[in-house]
Amino acid sequence: MLPVFPVVLPLFAAALLAALTKLVSQRLSQGIAIAATLATLGIESYLLHASAEQPIVYWFGNWLPRHGIALGISFTVDPIGAGLGTFASVLTLAALVFSSKYFDAAGNHFHALLLAFLAAMCGFCLSGDMFNMFVFFELMSAAAFALCGYKTEDPGSLQGSLNFAVTNTIGAYFVLSGIGLLYARTGALNMAQMGRALGAGPLDSLVLIGFVFIVCGYLIKAAVVPFHFWLADAHAVAPTPICILFSGVMVEMGLFALARIYWDVFNHALHPHLAGLRTLFVTIGVVTAFIGAFMCYLQRNVKRLLAFSTISHIGLMTIGVGLFTPEGLAGAAVYTLGHGAVKAGLFLVAGILLHRFESVDEFDLYAKGRRQRWTAAVFFAGGIALCGLPFSGLAAGDDLVHAAAAATGFNWVRLISLFAGAVTSAAVLRAGGRIFFGWGPAGDQSSAPKHEEKPETERGHDHTPATMFVPAAALVAAGLLVGLTPNLKPAASTAAMQFENTNAYATRVLDAQPAPAPLPPRPAPTEIFSGLLTVLGAITIAAVHLFSDRARDISAAIAKPLQLLHQIHSGHVGDYVAFLTFGMACFGLLCAYCFR
Amino acid sequence: MSYLPYAVAAWLFIVGLYGVISSRNLIHLVICVGVIQSSSYVLLLSIGYRAGRVAPIFADIPANTLAVDPIVQALMLTDIVVEVTVIALLLSLAVQIHKRHGTLNPDRLMKVSG
Repeated sequence: MLPVFPVVLPLFAAALLAALTKLVSQRLSQGIAIAATLATLGIESYLLHASAEQPIVYWFGNWLPRHGIALGISFTVDPIGAGLGTFASVLTLAALVFSSKYFDAAGNHFHALLLAFLAAMCGFCLSGDMFNMFVFFELMSAAAFALCGYKTEDPGSLQGSLNFAVTNTIGAYFVLSGIGLLYARTGALNMAQMGRALGAGPLDSLVLIGFVFIVCGYLIKAAVVPFHFWLADAHAVAPTPICILFSGVMVEMGLFALARIYWDVFNHALHPHLAGLRTLFVTIGVVTAFIGAFMCYLQRNVKRLLAFSTISHIGLMTIGVGLFTPEGLAGAAVYTLGHGAVKAGLFLVAGILLHRFESVDEFDLYAKGRRQRWTAAVFFAGGIALCGLPFSGLAAGDDLVHAAAAATGFNWVRLISLFAGAVTSAAVLRAGGRIFFGWGPAGDQSSAPKHEEKPETERGHDHTPATMFVPAAALVAAGLLVGLTPNLKPAASTAAMQFENTNAYATRVLDAQPAPAPLPPRPAPTEIFSGLLTVLGAITIAAVHLFSDRARDISAAIAKPLQLLHQIHSGHVGDYVAFLTFGMACFGLLCAYCFR
Repeated sequence: MSYLPYAVAAWLFIVGLYGVISSRNLIHLVICVGVIQSSSYVLLLSIGYRAGRVAPIFADIPANTLAVDPIVQALMLTDIVVEVTVIALLLSLAVQIHKRHGTLNPDRLMKVSG
């Protein structure tokens, strides 16, 4: 019974809050939401612990499989899924605490939507059924669209939310059409059974189209280039507490889905073509990391800057997942923890700035944060952690991804993460230097145009409440310290090995046989040197940008051709869908080339 | 076994996408999203359809009668429920956008970009 509670509990609390919205005070509503989130967090962490040896399979209504044929709908709990669910609960908790001074007049819908969002994310991580995954995906999206456009008085907020909603809904139709086509071939919706049936059948154009549809649908959520346009718009306009969930865990859900779909469903059918797929996904990851980093550096809106930095880091995670090895997936999982916590902390600092000074624009805020010593400390710690400071969570993820890349002949991937880490982190440090110390000149014409941001809080602009500062500091600290957890890397590698053992997964789900104990993982060396090099690079870029007039002229000259990138990010939903269609056609052709 | 339903589904998908890309009016755009959605209905129903078989309601027919596949029909019903929510949300966003921006033309909404 236990695996259903992370879904049922927040959903029930959400329904309760929505029903009682007129009767319950804001404070009580927040209390109920926090209690429900804490309970979900407890259950998820228990599931994480309990599934370490064996995946837990739960069949709804006790409709057990007969003779290897799934009759019912299952939840399949493994450490990667449960871990992602646990992390989603932690970030939801931080968002709830942070928002306690928010939306004073906005009613309780915010809490109800947030709980529905959490329930959908947990269900998505735990589901063992392809169609259920789609339903949770849609529930997650619908809650996210509503939360993104929550500030309906802000015109920008509505536009960002519309772009987000239209692109992601089209992504959901891709997924559904793909599921329909695969059902036509396999007659199954349970992922383990689909995997077996696809392994027995030929790899023809039907399977190819199904694969392309489903993967593209989920990659839209994962915001890889060229499906990434919605992300920056949505992040720039969403309420700050929501940004931390979008950046920290929702986008990563898309990559989780990619891993789940590949290993549970397509592994048998596509295994002979793994080398081609690996090259394809690593290429997508590299392009995403580069474009995200460039766009990040060109921003002056701090929230938009952090959003593009997320795109860049998603590129690095895509490389991890797309190497299709246990270390790669383990690296992406650890990276998700490190990146999610640090990025969430940085977004919360942006929220504090918005609360204090009613702006998130780098130049509006010039030198305004001089007295915010502690906030500045958190911001700079986050900025340094973002480029993979040795022994931080991001660095631990990097170590694993680099080990996986070296084992599969992509040794140069470390250069990509060095570049992307240094540039995105330099952008954060540069903004921090301007805002908190007044370094560099006060105006700059080389960056993107300004976007007006409505304040999110109604009063108390003269101080930073503890409910805002503590979650920010705690998240950045967690992102730094998680890398020091002994056993993190081996545990993640073991979990990833279990995740990627397609046969053991299928016999566990369909035949109720215990999975064999995974082999001991290969240790991934800690790379202190390249981590320090990245930090050094980030500080150098930021310092040169702020203090050298000559360098600023040069960087302005480099930025000229990059204006084209700016123009592509037009904020026009039709353009985004055109890119999305184009991207899917390219992806399909490349897959067809790989599978020929 | 006819290929016609699949061709219809593909056609609906493509015209829906084209409509979204070229739309000059947000209401029209949301309806085009609905057209893409209809394509998935047609696809699901045509996967489950078998010529000459009965509806899968076994109240007064023998249990071994050949019927069309009820699972895809259930999927489609679920899909309708989910998508009605999303379309309603999109339409309400369009209404709000009209209130704040004074236009429904996506070409004129340029608050966020770059």
